[in-house]
Amino acid sequence: MKSIKIKADNLNVYYGEKQALFEVSMYMEEKQVTALIGPSGCGKSTFIRCLNRMNDVIDICKVQGKIEIDGNDIYAPDMQVEQLRERVGMVFQKPNPFPKSIFENVAYGPRIHGIAEHKSDLEEIVVTSLKKAALFDEVKDRLSDSGTSLSGGQQQRLCIARAISVNPDIILMDEPCSALDPIATARIEELMGDLKTEYTIIIVTHSMQQAARVSSRTGFFHLGKLVEVDKTEAIFSNPSDQRTQDYITGRFG
Amino acid sequence: MTDRIEQRINSLNKRLNSEKRFRIYCIGAMSFALAWVLILFLNIFSSGYSAFYRTVIQVDVPFLNLIEDTTQFSEMSSEDINNLSMYSFSKKAIYRLFPDIEEKKDKKMLIRLFSIEFEQEIREFLKSNKSNINETETIYLTASDDVDQVNKGNYPRDLDEDKRRIKDIQLLFFDDLVDRGLVSYEFNLPFLMRGDSREPELAGVGGSIVGSLFTILVVLILSFPIGIFAAIYLEEFAPKNRVTDFIEININNLAAVPSIVFGLLGLGIILNTFGLPRSTPLVGGIVLSLMTLPTIIIATRASLRAVPPSIREGALAVGATKMQAVMHHVVPVAMPGALTGTIIGLAQALGETAPLLLIGMVAFVVDVPQTPLDASASLPVQVYLWSESAERGYVEKTSATIMMLLGFLILMNLAAVLIRRKFETKW
Repeated sequence: MKSIKIKADNLNVYYGEKQALFEVSMYMEEKQVTALIGPSGCGKSTFIRCLNRMNDVIDICKVQGKIEIDGNDIYAPDMQVEQLRERVGMVFQKPNPFPKSIFENVAYGPRIHGIAEHKSDLEEIVVTSLKKAALFDEVKDRLSDSGTSLSGGQQQRLCIARAISVNPDIILMDEPCSALDPIATARIEELMGDLKTEYTIIIVTHSMQQAARVSSRTGFFHLGKLVEVDKTEAIFSNPSDQRTQDYITGRFG
Repeated sequence: MTDRIEQRINSLNKRLNSEKRFRIYCIGAMSFALAWVLILFLNIFSSGYSAFYRTVIQVDVPFLNLIEDTTQFSEMSSEDINNLSMYSFSKKAIYRLFPDIEEKKDKKMLIRLFSIEFEQEIREFLKSNKSNINETETIYLTASDDVDQVNKGNYPRDLDEDKRRIKDIQLLFFDDLVDRGLVSYEFNLPFLMRGDSREPELAGVGGSIVGSLFTILVVLILSFPIGIFAAIYLEEFAPKNRVTDFIEININNLAAVPSIVFGLLGLGIILNTFGLPRSTPLVGGIVLSLMTLPTIIIATRASLRAVPPSIREGALAVGATKMQAVMHHVVPVAMPGALTGTIIGLAQALGETAPLLLIGMVAFVVDVPQTPLDASASLPVQVYLWSESAERGYVEKTSATIMMLLGFLILMNLAAVLIRRKFETKW
């Protein structure tokens, strides 16, 4: 049993009048990959965006309940959201590199947090992050090219490097491979295997095979409710809920 | 079976024909619009181009008659030269063109071939060449507007004498001068450098160009930062509630307010309440800023909105504050659009006339303004002023001023296009 990194307790999320998440309670283990699966609109993205408070951007979004990371309530009034996001990085569904150079894309985070004091430190962070994201060899000769000139898979790895650059504990991935081809997807999955030795990874995915391949625990969401969460093998071989059974056998969703 | 195929082909032909017709309508509409633009440009150009050159008459001025030794001029200060009495001396220099005429009336007619400022022109020549004046110098004096127009062929010579401004004897003088090769054209630099004048041949757009530039500068300084910051606040930071909805509606309303209303506002508040100096580019700029602001705000908001939200999320997700995300990532991407909007707003302001009439920028201003606090005209108001004058010279100058105005507008729009091309973010 690994130690628990993130714990959500009785989480309710509303978009205006509409309730998007109902009493979600689950935990995620440190330095493991946790997958969240479920049909479109089931609330898994909403859930993952609560973990670094990206939902704060949406005016009408209201969060009730408690999320603890390392035992600290991240919705506590004294929690600074910028600091939280430094510890909880995020990779989005569509690769979204800044329309700046590859170097600047990765250097941005360390720069605004004042992590690197000297230019050489910054360069080191950029190189390390790109290496960890398995992108360095492909771009080392053109760090000044625009990040948007890369291919889709490279862009997504650049976004992973950008998330890593501020040295987070947790990386949230919101369907990181849905816009990528199978080869780029395979590279990202391989990368996740490497990254989980250092980082706690939460991944939202539409692909059940992907969840089965990369994760150790899997949660199944349906209509805003967390139907079931268990070890990945258990979910896929022996789900306890009928809805999970129906979903993973392809009867809906 | 074949029936069905035939039916399909018929229906397809119908659709293709209707597409052809549609294209012809579109091309027709475009040609119609283009034709009018061409007619407008041709009309203005054909009546305006002649204002860019002017007629000068070559006169030999015997400076020795003014002073015993022409080297003495070099020791005189400009003020001394200003104090020299040169009027009758200058007139005599002109009489030398036709030494035979005796009658006072004819002499007067001869003098009137020249611009009223002939004495001043000789004085200026003296001042700028005082260190090496010869006994006799050849000076090119500005011809009067009537002579200028006759020379350019804009003036009908075959009217009865009493219906013409230029008299028969003057035409005789003029033709003789032409035969002697003393009449020539030169580039009309004074037109570009001088302020307005009651004499058409001396009137220039210099004052109104400078006035317009000062006005646009004031507009830029005021409305660009205010517009950009207002747009950023409204688009990125303002809570979405009734107050911001109300503000938004009113900004859109502001863009639709007739410009003369802004002129009244400027007259009532900026001139009468705050007491800023009348007729100045400063006040004109403030009034036009009010007009330009909504354009800038709307254009900037549109380009901010066009920045993909994923860029904001990307920045926020690495721990940027909202302001950092906006200023580091969103604004740079939106800037070309905002600049384009600003330039288009400025171009609008440059061509705006009505509000300036109300705040007194319609005054007759001879001097070229030195600061935005000096009374001044502006290009569109100059067009308005000259278009009311009867003299032939003003007709061509009106068109020439429109040409300058259109030239500036084309330049600004070109700049807008170039900026957008150059700095547009490539995704």
